[in-house]
Amino acid sequence: MPRYLRNLIIALIVIAVLIGLDFVFQGRMLNPYFVRVLMLSGIAITLAVSLNLINGFTGQFSIGHAGFMAVGAYSSAYFSVNYGMNLANALGGGKVGWVIALTLATLIGAFFAGLAGLVVGVPSLRLRGDYLAIVTLGFGQIIVVFLNNIDAIGGARGYSGIPIVKSFFWIFLVAILTIVIVYNIVNSAFGRALISIRDDELAAEAMGVNTTRYKVMAFVISSAMAGAGGVLLAHFDGYLNPKSFEFIKSFEILIMIILGGLGSIVGSVLGAIVLTVLPEALRGFAEYRMVIYSLLLIILMIVRPQGLLGSAAPLKAWRKRAKRLAESAGGGPAAAPTNPSTVATQPERPAPGGENLQ
Amino acid sequence: MSTFVQQLINGISLGAIYSLIALGYTMVYGVLKLINFAHGDVYMVGAFMGFYLANGLGARGAQMLGLSGDGLVARGLLGGGAMQPSLITALVVMLLAMAICAAIGVIIERLAYRPVRKYSRLTALITAIGVSLLLENGGQVVFGAEPKFFPELFTKRNINLFEGASINSADVVVLVIALVLMIALQLIVYRTKTGRAMRAVSFNLQSAKLMGINTDRIIAFTFALGSALAAAAGVLVAIRIPRIDPLMGIIVGLKAFIAAVLGGIGNIPGAVLGGLLIGITETMVVGYLSATYKDAVAFGILILILLFRPSGLLGTVAQEKV
Repeated sequence: MPRYLRNLIIALIVIAVLIGLDFVFQGRMLNPYFVRVLMLSGIAITLAVSLNLINGFTGQFSIGHAGFMAVGAYSSAYFSVNYGMNLANALGGGKVGWVIALTLATLIGAFFAGLAGLVVGVPSLRLRGDYLAIVTLGFGQIIVVFLNNIDAIGGARGYSGIPIVKSFFWIFLVAILTIVIVYNIVNSAFGRALISIRDDELAAEAMGVNTTRYKVMAFVISSAMAGAGGVLLAHFDGYLNPKSFEFIKSFEILIMIILGGLGSIVGSVLGAIVLTVLPEALRGFAEYRMVIYSLLLIILMIVRPQGLLGSAAPLKAWRKRAKRLAESAGGGPAAAPTNPSTVATQPERPAPGGENLQ
Repeated sequence: MSTFVQQLINGISLGAIYSLIALGYTMVYGVLKLINFAHGDVYMVGAFMGFYLANGLGARGAQMLGLSGDGLVARGLLGGGAMQPSLITALVVMLLAMAICAAIGVIIERLAYRPVRKYSRLTALITAIGVSLLLENGGQVVFGAEPKFFPELFTKRNINLFEGASINSADVVVLVIALVLMIALQLIVYRTKTGRAMRAVSFNLQSAKLMGINTDRIIAFTFALGSALAAAAGVLVAIRIPRIDPLMGIIVGLKAFIAAVLGGIGNIPGAVLGGLLIGITETMVVGYLSATYKDAVAFGILILILLFRPSGLLGTVAQEKV
């Protein structure tokens, strides 16, 4: 059986199963609270798996994921409120109309989030390590500031009146698509380039990998998928508030992938589910919830820094870099003899005295 | 003109506070190459320690230490802790808060950062985020989530400089104390043996170890020093704007970090310069443009500086060797 045929059949089966489950969940047969948590897990899976592409597989530490999610959520909500609903009604207001309107909304959300990813990524991915973390964090904050001040999308009051679509099918279709996309990327030549960047950026560059280009591509794809996650969230509650996209949200997604393990798709899915269900289970201790989270995170880092299902590779690369940095920071005679070759990573600004190290 | 001078004064006062916090970021980054995300929250804890000290011990504490200031007389003892506003009280409260936070800084380093130091820097960064979240949320549980109002530690009055521009006595106090602390830090780092060890560790940890420096102790000392400065900043902020809450450290911490990056992270004069620049820019934007975008300003500056001069204003670029 040709491969595409097999894939097509699998896809059809998955869609059929999703539609079947959708009927079950719409039919009020199950506890609506359970269904709600399940759907929120689906949204969380989209966000976590997409963040893992950039943090886990490419090794770039981004902590502004909520910002891209917000771009996707707000742009799609704006579309749905102003055009989507009319479009759906013009097409008869039935299922078909809504499918088209929602598909468009999802694509628009993903597109704008990807665009934001491009704008942020091109300049900042030239930076490395913790600087990237801070820039993405800063970007996330700037997004929130703007959201708070744009009246057309509700400003600080929040954006209400978004058509509510609580569809199990839609949420999990996006989640599964995200997983499939990330899985295929990671197992392609593109993905190997990303992993090589993670494991040793200098070596990757020496091997002819255009690191900035690949990093930006991964970042844009990751942002677009975060945007799609935002679209789901916008239509899930029908209300958006800038507060829900503050960097605490980015940290939440980050904790999911760290708990599951950086560079593990299964881990991200697991982390997303655990960290969506756990707060519900801990609802009785609501005020201690975040305290428990943070303690959990610290203990996890001390006991098992690679996360539950992660490999140690993403962390090893960071250690290697740290070592290099430490050696170059020393810069003196102690480091020079053992390191005869010096590669200027920021050639536009060589360090004073950099010449004599070579 | 007078508006400009007024904004400049406000900016320098705010910037001095950012500088104090930025110093902690920059020192820890210097020795450990770690962005101590929890630093902004230590500043918050400092403000709360000041709050409890001022309300509970304030006057009595000063009395016990044998200090007396104007207005700090018998009522301090008889009034069951009712605080008498005086500069001495403010100073005592600040010093005690600094001592407590120094201890907290050392404990954080010992329990959370030291165990992960053998792993990668990413692990340490995530741990720092964890500690930050712990302090913020623990703070909400322990101190209560609602904002608290810092008691007036001394009577504030406006001093008129010239027509239209005035300086508040609180700002004078902030500036003087900040200046004294910065000079003290400069002396510690450049004139003492421990300071020399700190500089050695930040230059090269491994070599410093080989030279017989107890690097663990130096790192702990760095955390103590940085946390004490953050606590001082917390009390000073509360003197200027007496509204404190457990999440106050997030934005201020980020801005102070940006100040450290702006000045060149790991560089002590750079942190002071960066803090002043961020403070002045922010008040100028609020004064002349709009208050709504004031939080975006600092991040905008950060992004620009990272694009055009990633090593900061006074920093040097480290080359990566293979």
